[in-house]
Amino acid sequence: MMLIPCPHCGPRAQSEFIYERTVDSVVPLDAPSQEAMTKLFTRNNPRGVDDEIWRHTYGCRAWMILTRHRVTNEISGCRAIGPEALP
Amino acid sequence: MINFSFDGKAYTAQKGDTLAAALLRNGIGLVGRSFKYHRPRGIMTAGVEEPNALVTIGEGGRAEPNTRATDVFVYEGLVAKSQNRWPNLNFDLGALFSLASPMLPAGFYYKTFFGSAKRWMLYEYFIRKAAGLGNAPTQADPDRFSHRAAFCDVLIVGAGPAGLQAALDAAEAGKRVILVEQDNILGASLIRDPQELDAAWIEATAAHIRAAGGRILTRTTASGYWEHDLVTLTQRLSEPGQVPTNGVAQRLWHVRAGQVVLASGSIERPMAFAHNDRPGVMLSQTLRSYVRRFGVIPGKRVVIATNNDDAYKSAEALKDAGAQIVAILDARPAPAGANSGHRVYNDAVPLSTKGRRHCLKSVSALVDGKTMNWDADLLAVSGGFTPVVHLHMQAGGTLDWNEDAQAFIPASSRQNVTTIGGAAEPQPIFKMAPVSKPKKSFIDFQNDVTLADVDLAWAEGYRSVEHLKRYTTLGMATDQGKLSNMAALGRLAEKQGVAIPEAGLTTFRPPYTPVTMGLIAGAGAKDAGAHVRRLALYDLHAAKNPIWQPLGYWFRPRAYPTNGESLAQAALREAKAVRNNVGMTDVSTLAKFEVSGPDAAAFLEIICATTVGKLAVGRGRYTFMLREDGFVFDDGTVWRLDENRYLLTSSTGGADRMATHISYVRQYLCPHLRVSAVNVQEHYAGIAIAGPTAKAVLATLIGEEPPRHMSTVPAVISGVPVIILAASYSGERAFEIYVTASDAATVWAACEAQVMTVGGALYGLEAMEFLRIEKGHLVVGGEVDGRMTPHDLALDKMLNKEGGYIGASGLVRPALSEAGRRQLVGLEAIEGDIPEGSMLIPSEGASPQGHVSAAAFRIIEGGSVALGQLVDGFSRHGEILIASSPTRGQKARVRVVAPHFYDSAGERYRD
Amino acid sequence: MSRYSAFSLLRGALTGHRHWQPAWRDPEPKSHYDIIIIGGGGHGLATAYYLAKVHGLKNIAVLEKGWIGGGNTGRNTTIVRSNYRLEPLHNLFEFGLKLWHGLSDELNYNVMFSPRGAMFLGHSDADMVKLAERGDAMRCDGIDADLLTRDQVAKLEPLLDMSRDARFPIQGGLIQRRGGTARHDAVAWGYARGADSLGVDIIQKCEVTGFVRDGDAVIGVETTRGRIGAGRVGICVAGHSGHVAGLAGLKLPVESQTLQAMVTEGVKPMINSVIMSQSLHCYISQSDKGGVVFGGDPDNWPSYAQRGHPMVMEGAVAQGLALVPALSRLRMVRTWSGVTDMSFDGAPIIGETPVRNLFLNGGWCYGGFKATPASGWTYAHTLATGKPHDLNAPFSLDRFERGATIDETGSGPMPNSR
Repeated sequence: MMLIPCPHCGPRAQSEFIYERTVDSVVPLDAPSQEAMTKLFTRNNPRGVDDEIWRHTYGCRAWMILTRHRVTNEISGCRAIGPEALP
Repeated sequence: MINFSFDGKAYTAQKGDTLAAALLRNGIGLVGRSFKYHRPRGIMTAGVEEPNALVTIGEGGRAEPNTRATDVFVYEGLVAKSQNRWPNLNFDLGALFSLASPMLPAGFYYKTFFGSAKRWMLYEYFIRKAAGLGNAPTQADPDRFSHRAAFCDVLIVGAGPAGLQAALDAAEAGKRVILVEQDNILGASLIRDPQELDAAWIEATAAHIRAAGGRILTRTTASGYWEHDLVTLTQRLSEPGQVPTNGVAQRLWHVRAGQVVLASGSIERPMAFAHNDRPGVMLSQTLRSYVRRFGVIPGKRVVIATNNDDAYKSAEALKDAGAQIVAILDARPAPAGANSGHRVYNDAVPLSTKGRRHCLKSVSALVDGKTMNWDADLLAVSGGFTPVVHLHMQAGGTLDWNEDAQAFIPASSRQNVTTIGGAAEPQPIFKMAPVSKPKKSFIDFQNDVTLADVDLAWAEGYRSVEHLKRYTTLGMATDQGKLSNMAALGRLAEKQGVAIPEAGLTTFRPPYTPVTMGLIAGAGAKDAGAHVRRLALYDLHAAKNPIWQPLGYWFRPRAYPTNGESLAQAALREAKAVRNNVGMTDVSTLAKFEVSGPDAAAFLEIICATTVGKLAVGRGRYTFMLREDGFVFDDGTVWRLDENRYLLTSSTGGADRMATHISYVRQYLCPHLRVSAVNVQEHYAGIAIAGPTAKAVLATLIGEEPPRHMSTVPAVISGVPVIILAASYSGERAFEIYVTASDAATVWAACEAQVMTVGGALYGLEAMEFLRIEKGHLVVGGEVDGRMTPHDLALDKMLNKEGGYIGASGLVRPALSEAGRRQLVGLEAIEGDIPEGSMLIPSEGASPQGHVSAAAFRIIEGGSVALGQLVDGFSRHGEILIASSPTRGQKARVRVVAPHFYDSAGERYRD
Repeated sequence: MSRYSAFSLLRGALTGHRHWQPAWRDPEPKSHYDIIIIGGGGHGLATAYYLAKVHGLKNIAVLEKGWIGGGNTGRNTTIVRSNYRLEPLHNLFEFGLKLWHGLSDELNYNVMFSPRGAMFLGHSDADMVKLAERGDAMRCDGIDADLLTRDQVAKLEPLLDMSRDARFPIQGGLIQRRGGTARHDAVAWGYARGADSLGVDIIQKCEVTGFVRDGDAVIGVETTRGRIGAGRVGICVAGHSGHVAGLAGLKLPVESQTLQAMVTEGVKPMINSVIMSQSLHCYISQSDKGGVVFGGDPDNWPSYAQRGHPMVMEGAVAQGLALVPALSRLRMVRTWSGVTDMSFDGAPIIGETPVRNLFLNGGWCYGGFKATPASGWTYAHTLATGKPHDLNAPFSLDRFERGATIDETGSGPMPNSR
């Protein structure tokens, strides 16, 4: 069970979080159909580092992007997203 | 003196005895039978690595099979039974397998028992009966198991001298410390080899650690090392089979440590030679433990076989205790052991043992090329030391090879873990020559794997260490290979002609020692970890003793039978009340979202596939939502409460999924929108009132004209503010009343009083199902099964022509508009009642072309009707099919019709 | 290949078991094969076996980066069944189930297929209707399925908690009596031995590191043991599908997740069938050695870690104990994990890829073991003829972009199905 550094709450047990999807699978609202389906139905799925969207569902409920190694589970970054994180 | 029993016979033990010590104290050498050949087995070790002395401890639902006699401390009244023997331990007919052992080498079962699967099952029946060890309890477990989380700066595993010192240092440096020890006392090797003042040092050190705020947990095993320095600890609060003092038998700790220090020591290795499994053959350090810690001397004439210095300490301990050291067989050349004062034979390796009545009688050895024999009742062996690196490896570590110790020691790790003490620096040993007679030279004692089995696996091509393990079952027993893995690796390396590190290594899998399943489950064993979600109005329903229906984690009233009605009778009465007069029901579990802000409509037109923006204030409409791939995944209603404020409802079953979806879209996809989308599912309770007189009932309740169909107004009932939505699922004029959950009981009571006054009824989910099927309304999880497009459900005319909603791009995929898709249809029985879930087939024996998603009876007219999915169903109205349920032996002849059977013009909604 | 039989064992007993030959050779890779299969798991080995046996092809290699059967073949809960709701799925798995029933004889290797019954429990009337629907779909397509009453369930599995006030009270079940369990390692070994005897080269410790291309076609593979030419190449690497396809520049509709399973210490027989549940997410059976084998949901986040997770394990065991309380005092002796390639409709992918001469067999999610014979058979057909077999035609890679997904649970394109 990982320890996830929530940008709002600090490090918390993984059991408080839910994985949503990878960043590369996000379908922007204005994506053309072909691109949308490619995003939705293919993944980089690397045996290494990838950016993933997680939610602190049983905590602050905010969404965040976790940069994580898929083999070692090393977390090299976790940044807030959503309206509060807008520049 | 403590009383206990073994196989029904009463014995006594000394305070502090393990069961193994107590058995040896009582002269019991034969404790168990091996797995495959049922060979007689005794006590080989004094710890968790014990492969042989497995017993069932305790009775009833508290009985623990396969308990190591070396890992249970005797308590008053302990009941132990031997296992895997029939009719008894001394005379076990299973030992006939041993006679047949030449026919039963490693993997023999892969090469025979051919024929049909049924035939194999016949053989298997007997194999299964012979396999397994103890019996599982058949009663429920009377005890509880608890879970606890903890955090610390330093977690130290093992309270030997190294671990105690590390814990002391950390505690005195102001660190939060947890020190765990699997034994019930501290000291580890200091107990086995006590020096002067050791006992006092242990006591003082523990006191210092505690005084500095450190926590010391005995009888606690660090069993798993997981991600990011999370270590699971299993703590025994009571011994196996013992009644726990406060009802909790064991505790599972999840410890998140800043740093982990492993001071887990090492495990002594046996030696491989023929009949090395006989009761009376023990590990050397173990034997010393029994002598020094428990004052038990399990034999009088002792032969010691060793390849290292440590065994000489055992010789001293035995001699001090009055045993006779017949010979020390030292594998090392002279002058090793020369000054020990014992009869030492150099270049000596054990060859075989002989026994009598399951006891050791004599030992033979090859000494400098010649065979020699000794009469002995005890043989202590020391084949070296295997550092306990399990947790280090579970943490993702690597190993180095220590040639002097012929052992793997911890190297690097990607977690914050270090290893100290004997686990990091094992004692040097002498590398022994390959064993020349592999038969009956056991390396995995419990599973009866010999060196000959390893050789056979090699010869047959099972040459990777994992193949070897799997083919021979080596290391798969309850001792998890703690004694056997190094011996097997050594043999494999010999066969390959390489050094051991090149031969490969099997994975160290959690747990370090087996963990009680009840402990893993904790409190979740009672409710499968699925806590019931309680309706705000639960008590009011419960008072009426309804039939409950599970729906997700909720329970909702399914019907309110009175006067001994069956479910179907009650549901029909309730549904008739709705059709003819008025009924009310609890709809609190529906998903509800309050969406507000200047961009609320724009946001809703992303979530919903229908238009929302044109909705006037105070009006609502049916809507549905698509997944990104274009399939319908939920439906509900959307209401404009105010200029910039909407209420969105959707299905109960999809509520959590919808909440996540809405949050994702809002937070991730459109953070720029000026909108707030709040999940108010449990903030509001919901009450539906439906029927031709519903309007009059509501008018009385709110004291004003109720809103027209698909309109909403705020109102007050019994002084409580409510929101009224005029929506109908039943097909009648109907209203949903939403009220803050804490005030719901007041409103419910007022509604119920009025409904009853006019002769109406409460109705549950079953009646609701009758009503909606007759009306042809969809249900998520039924008609909306995640595989249907808006077109398949005849909803496509409602799609927002502008697009822009989620799922629009998925919908354009070609296969979604090809012929041959399943489409929503109604079904009317011509003959028989339509079985729900049955298959739609054109003729007997044909492959299904669709299925019945929901079936019911027409409420007033009678007759069986249903909704279903049918290939190209829209164009097949009028066709006759069979709705067939072979599993229930039911079928009906049905006519395909439009999917609504009641008031298709929708006149009853309107005033 | 020397035949295995009781007689051959007897001969071994009398001669010190010196006559046994290696079950498969350890050949050096040749410079070129007609067909190369990447991945020496059950599926890859079965594919090679049927290519040789059914299609008469001889010049075939299976390349395995580690040791054969070391991936998900050796890491599953050994359940064999074909009780799926959707036609393409139950037809494919049923074809496999028929092969399972004769597999030990076919391979002259006892894979210990034991049709002890695979049973889904229902916990409510709604569950029972769903089970009946699944059973009816199967029965109408000629596959065995029987609904069981509460009493029949209790008789089959006396240790189930049958109390009416249980959190998930047991109301009945749906059993497929021809389903059961098999010895997972033996499946890989049996196919390997069979394929080897038909001339297939099984090359272990040979990792594919790249593809050799000629324009839009694959003409060979780069490996840790050198370049090997090939007429056709079939990927068959389960959880690593995404990685290997990535070497050819393909992105797949697959996310790799960890699925863990566990086993208790061996006890005398207590679980008679394979117990699964319509409402809960655990499955329980007992091995021939007496260990109770347990599985649950995948970890629901992407991972190649091949390590379990206490949180997921605790959830699965809680569910299992709620069903079979008598498991409480058994001890979990081992837990392990496999990397599964979760596809975006829960169904496998068997067929062509956009790269010429490169084929894919993957996306088995956590249900691949039971499909081993059917997967091998249909993939062999596809590799031999260049065209899909009728049974795997619906499982093409392009079904996602076309919209022809085969979504048994109806939960859509997210492997973690929100």
